[in-house]
Amino acid sequence: MAEASLPVQSGIGAQATNSTLSTIGRVARYTVVRLIALFLTVVVGVYLTVLIANMGGYVDEIRKGQIREQIAIGVLANSEMQQLPLEERNERINQMIAIEEERLGMDRPFVLRSFGFLTSALTLNLGRAENMTSDSGSRQVRLILQERLAPTLLLFATANLFLFFLSIFVALSLSRNYGSWFDKVIIALAPSSAAPSWFYGLFFILFFAALWGRLPFGGMVAAPPPADPWAYAASLLKHLILPVSAIVISAIFLTIYSWRTFFLIYSSEDYVEMAKAKGLPSGAIERRYILRPTLPTIITNFALTLISLWTGAIVLETVFNWPGLGRLLYQAIGLYDTPVIVGSVVIYAYLLAFTVFLLDIIYALIDPRVKITGGGSHA
Amino acid sequence: MRIFQSALRELVRYPGALFGIFLILSLVVISLYTVVSLPYAEAINLWRGGESVWQESPRLAMPSWLNAIRGTNLPPTIALDSGDAESGPDANVTKTVEALSEEITQVDITFDVDYTYSGFPQELTIFIRADYEAKRPHVSFVWLTPDGREIRMSEVTPNANETYRISQDDRLLRRLRGEVPERALFADPNVAEGEEARPLHGTHQLQMTAILFEPDADVDAKFVAYGQVHGWAGTDHRRRDMTIALLWGTPIALAFGLLAAVGSTVTTMIIAAIGVWFGGWVDAAIQRITEVNLILPVLPILIMIGTFYSRSIWMMLGAVIILGIFSAGIKTYRAIFLQVKESPYIEAAQAYGAGNMRIVFLYMIPRIVPILIPQFVVLIPSFVFLEATLAVLGLGDPVLPTWGKVLNDARYNGALYHGYYYWMLQPAALLMVTGLGFAMVGFTLDRIFNPRLRGL
Repeated sequence: MAEASLPVQSGIGAQATNSTLSTIGRVARYTVVRLIALFLTVVVGVYLTVLIANMGGYVDEIRKGQIREQIAIGVLANSEMQQLPLEERNERINQMIAIEEERLGMDRPFVLRSFGFLTSALTLNLGRAENMTSDSGSRQVRLILQERLAPTLLLFATANLFLFFLSIFVALSLSRNYGSWFDKVIIALAPSSAAPSWFYGLFFILFFAALWGRLPFGGMVAAPPPADPWAYAASLLKHLILPVSAIVISAIFLTIYSWRTFFLIYSSEDYVEMAKAKGLPSGAIERRYILRPTLPTIITNFALTLISLWTGAIVLETVFNWPGLGRLLYQAIGLYDTPVIVGSVVIYAYLLAFTVFLLDIIYALIDPRVKITGGGSHA
Repeated sequence: MRIFQSALRELVRYPGALFGIFLILSLVVISLYTVVSLPYAEAINLWRGGESVWQESPRLAMPSWLNAIRGTNLPPTIALDSGDAESGPDANVTKTVEALSEEITQVDITFDVDYTYSGFPQELTIFIRADYEAKRPHVSFVWLTPDGREIRMSEVTPNANETYRISQDDRLLRRLRGEVPERALFADPNVAEGEEARPLHGTHQLQMTAILFEPDADVDAKFVAYGQVHGWAGTDHRRRDMTIALLWGTPIALAFGLLAAVGSTVTTMIIAAIGVWFGGWVDAAIQRITEVNLILPVLPILIMIGTFYSRSIWMMLGAVIILGIFSAGIKTYRAIFLQVKESPYIEAAQAYGAGNMRIVFLYMIPRIVPILIPQFVVLIPSFVFLEATLAVLGLGDPVLPTWGKVLNDARYNGALYHGYYYWMLQPAALLMVTGLGFAMVGFTLDRIFNPRLRGL
């Protein structure tokens, strides 16, 4: 379970020289290898998306719509064409579309075409949305997605930073007071993580917004948005509280439970006993002897948690009317806007890979095995 | 089998697990009861039925047990029918027929409404069924309050099936000085200024007088005072009784969770065993596929399948299982299989000439079933919630009533904002019970079967 996102390649031939330069080199090499591996993963994911979407011919339609539009714009801009009678002009347009479709290989077998779709999907070059517009009025899928990216990242990053540090802190203190009533309560609460974050979100809305009226039902800022930047930030913070807590609550007990177990396993090692016998302060023992060896495992464990949290976040944004990618996807389903749906799937593939990559870099920085051999020795 | 018996014996030592087992068993009992008492076809018909099926139930009524908890006495729906030629009138309804001349008949129907509730009805409607050849009858209504006031209501000339919505009668509204009929007709007139209106208790009477212009004509009517509470679970915005969705949601959720969990864990295990046994490029390929699969955005892909192809729950189940084959579990199983592969009994099997598939299926896989079981139990609720997640995104099965669809309706219609808390809380509570039941048992099983965690 824990080894899920670990590096692929075997570290060979690393002569253990102690210079920092070669350490940086190894970390860099590790990072590059991981980047390539993750990019390949994204490619596979996007290709799968293209396959699923095009089994109903939807990607073909996106492409054809794009071609028709480009040609129509071209004809409109051409003054000579403008002077032609309407029927003749339409005929010319249709001819040009046919030529363009042939040029782009729309008549080729799907296997060949799919690679063309793959590149345009990977570059998010998905043309124009059918029904949706971005807040600034554009219909470019890329712009619509771009606009929604920042709120999603803000929400997700805030929640997960909280989750990570809070879990480490609590798990450490629990492993110290193992068997106390607080420990038992947390263990008893671990099954609560079966429910996704949006589920807790509904309850938070019920209590804090509907019943007590303390916090807003949803949205990202008050309407109208405050002009003063400080007031804006305060309003944003107020709107962040509930969704962030929902994400944190949905994962924290299980995370604490499993990390506490790692800590307990490592704190019964001989070298920890030795450190205790030497009379080292407990803070130093935790940092140097317990946290150090467990961190790589914890990071990989956290990567898996994050992957499942992304799934919950899509619905969470919908529940809280958070103007992010998840809600965009929800709206696109409602409006049956194929380019936006495909675009959202692609960007989620990127986001998941990026999350894992970020954790991989942290992993490389903390795992001594990467620094020494340039790769994990684990299978 | 001995291992299961001893596991069971250990399981009952944990109070949490016992409670979990109790929850799961209750859900199973509810499912069995539902499937037996409310057959599938009937449930679907009811759930998809429109106003014609549900014309007698109120819109957005609370569950009636809330009366007991809050100590209120809100009215349920009162329906009084003068019946037809065969069944005759309900109790509290009297029907008299009087011939005025050869052609003209007068029919008097009196509905006695015993009203002892603390709230007002939600809506008042009369459904008139007239039986005539060419000349439509003429019907008039009068409302008599317990304190002897007489309130004249509208007159109608009904078609064969006519609905007179008292609550939407503008003329009556004007006559009642702008107060809505369902309140004004029942209200106690002796309420001091500034005090909250309350209904007058006692027997209210609705008198219906119909003049029929044909010898064979007849008229019947049904008076419905829609209540504020309805049944065990209340009703939704389309007047549907929520018990149907809550009851049928149980077997659907359990079946979906169970099948998805079985489907994905068993295939995962087989793939892991094959990878370990054959090793080499097979193993490497499986590992790479798993790494790719882990980072695939599962929910967006499911959403795409739901939007482009079919929202059927079986389609989703298939997709979930396929996407779940190369899941994180493979790494866990692989680590265990690597140990199993080195065991002497495998060597012995090879020595007597067992084939590859025989070793994989009969020697390796049975060995790790104990480890599989807790994983599998913990997985069930996550699939139950996945179904709800899809439904909340509007991608629930179009036909089946599920908890997730109730949640979605509630959310979409602003249940929390408008204060219809029961609408959201009931399916949420059932989801939570399911999640908790399986998770509690699963966690305990994990401690029992996973010796490394024992004692921690």
